[in-house]
This record gives sequence, C-alpha cells and structure tokens, in this order.
Amino acid sequence: MSLRASIIGASGYTGGELLRLLLFHPNVEIAQATSESHAGEYVYQQHPNLRKRTQLQFVSQAALQPCDVLFLALPHGESQKNLDRYLGLAPRLIDLSADFRLRDPALYQRWYGEAHRSPDRLAQFVYGLPEVQRAAMRQARLISGVGCNATASILALLPLVKAGLLRGDQPIIVDVKTGSSEGGASANPGSHHPEKSHSVRAYAPTGHRHTAEVIQELGLSNVHLSMTAVDVVRGVLAAAHAFVQPGTTDKELWRAYRAAYNTEPFVRIVKDRAGIHRVPDPKILAGSNFADVGFDLDPESGRVVSLAAIDNLMKGAAGSAVQAMNLMCGLEETAGLEFPGLHPL
Amino acid sequence: MSANCPECDGSLQLNGVIAGEIVVCPDCGVDLEVTAVTPSLALALAPTEAEDWGE
Repeated sequence: MSLRASIIGASGYTGGELLRLLLFHPNVEIAQATSESHAGEYVYQQHPNLRKRTQLQFVSQAALQPCDVLFLALPHGESQKNLDRYLGLAPRLIDLSADFRLRDPALYQRWYGEAHRSPDRLAQFVYGLPEVQRAAMRQARLISGVGCNATASILALLPLVKAGLLRGDQPIIVDVKTGSSEGGASANPGSHHPEKSHSVRAYAPTGHRHTAEVIQELGLSNVHLSMTAVDVVRGVLAAAHAFVQPGTTDKELWRAYRAAYNTEPFVRIVKDRAGIHRVPDPKILAGSNFADVGFDLDPESGRVVSLAAIDNLMKGAAGSAVQAMNLMCGLEETAGLEFPGLHPL
Repeated sequence: MSANCPECDGSLQLNGVIAGEIVVCPDCGVDLEVTAVTPSLALALAPTEAEDWGE
C-alpha cells in the first residue's frame, strides 16, 4: 500500500522532519509540500540534509491537490482558521499545531487566552500520543499533534498515574529543560546568538500552555510545569517531582514502569546502576522517535523524580505525527521510525 | 534457571552459570553476583562505582 501524503507548512523545522521521515517511509509517497514564502524553491534549499534525496519543490497552498493524508505543520492559529478547506483535501488529517489538542473550548480559552475559532471541531480530534490514545487513534480520521514538553511530561508521569501511586494531596512539579529548536525556524530577539548562546533561561516558570495537555491526558489537576531553555538545539528533558504513597518501594516503581512501557515500541526504561548512561538524556535521541524514561525514589520523603527525554522535533512533533499516521492508516506502527539516534554526537 | 534481580525485580533467565560469576541485569544494567546455584539460583548486587559530581 502506498499513501499519498502532503505537508502544509513544510519549510519549518517540523515540516522538514516530516519530509525526512516520509521520504524514506516504505508506505508513503510525498505528493506536495507547501510554503507560501518559499514556493518554487527546492525543499533542500530550506532543508539541506535532503539535498540529492528529493527534487520536490515547495508549492503554494493554492496549488494543493487531494491526497490520502494531510499533515498541517503551520504556526499556531492557522489550522483552526482554515480547517474546513483542509478537510476537503484529504480524508485523514494530522495537525501538528496546538490548535486541536484540547477537547474542551473552555480549557483552550483559559490556556491560550482567546476563544477557539472552531470549537465544534475540538472533540472530533484525537490527541496523538499513542502511549495514551492508541486505540482511539486507530479509529480516528483527525488527529492532533502533541506538544513536545507535554509529551515528555506525560511520559514521565504516566506509569505513576496508571499504577495509582501518586499522592492526591501533593502537587506535581515538572521541571522541563528544552532545546532551541522548540522555538521554530523563525528568529526573534531571544534567539539572537549572543543572547541565546550559553544561556540557561527560565522562559516560562509558570503558565506554560502545554500544562493543559498534561492535565487533560493524565486527568491530573494539581500538576505544574516550569520551562527552562538550555543551550542545546534538539531535546527535552522533563523531571517530574511527585510524591508517592508511603511505603512505596523501588521495586514497585519498577513494576509500574514496566507495566506501562514494556510493550511500547518507542519508550525505553533507562535506570542503570552502572556505566555513564544511567538516566535519560535527550542527547542520544537526536533524530530518533524514542523516548527514554527513568526514575529515582527518595524513600525517606517518598519523592519520586521521574525523568523523560525526547527529541522535541521527533517524539515531540514529527515522529509522533508519523506514528499517528501509521496507526490511523493501519500501517506497521514503527514504519519509517526505526532510526535509533547517534552515539556519540 | 531463573531468578529476580534484587535491584529492579526484573526476571533473569540464566543457564550454565557458576557461583561467583558476575552477570548483568538486562533491565537495569546492574552487575549481579551469582551467590548460589543450588538448591536454587541466588543473586546479589555486586559492588559498583557511584557517580559523584558534587565537588
């Protein structure tokens, strides 16, 4: 089976990763890739890693033809403005933006500070994180992409939630370190090299929008994210600080993490007592769809530090989107996503 | 022969090991010493070097 897939907004970083993944996907042919600002250019002129791998040229959205699967890799707010038109182009759609991640319009209003333009459509989308929504994703026609920081936070906390180990009377604090590619391909004063280089910048100590996805997908109310940008290009490391029921042991935590992830194709438990790779580190995940998850328990206080590392552009965006396409279209879930990352890097 | 890892409770299938042998848990990567093979397989944590970045 060969699906014809098109990408709207393909000149950005997530669009580039979608192109890289889909070019080598065994079941997909890329039909079109759009960019309004680069229409007519070869895609390798924006994504130099794809030189000599494709002669595809960007087209304008006005030139889009019907296809089997449509990916939207647009800036926030664009998908919800034009969704009806996009739905006329393909029977299956995956939106990588934040526009359709939240099911409740009130939650969207609270975290995004404005009313949603297509509130009736919100409930039609399935949140595209297979570790939480796999069954629904297999039946879906509309899937929302995931927030990268939300993905790392959810994967860090999911085993504890599933096993019922969290204390309900304690808040959960997730300290998230992020790479600069989260900011997208457009420059801003904060991304200027003399300002950004070597900085450790707490850019959203409270109030980050991805918090809403964690609340929605895990059913938690007392969870709080703090975001810090660090001096790497790719990668997210979420360190979730949570308190577990008194008497919880390390082995119980191991069982909970195994129960959550032993059958997951892209989640690995990393908690080694030996060697130099004892805890998750996003560095070795660059370009890969894997998420590495680990934990440590302070038995005296009952504090668990649960760690999850991902590549924000992969498991946190384009990789998850391709995984979502695989599930939605009945393909092998891991197709096109087997790259394990590089070491050393 | 099988036994559980004393560190992470993961299951290890071991054949042909002898007492005193060091094996590695496939789940948590800890070094384990085979302390007995009869009447049943027994494993204990082997000493490992700790990481200390606190200086």
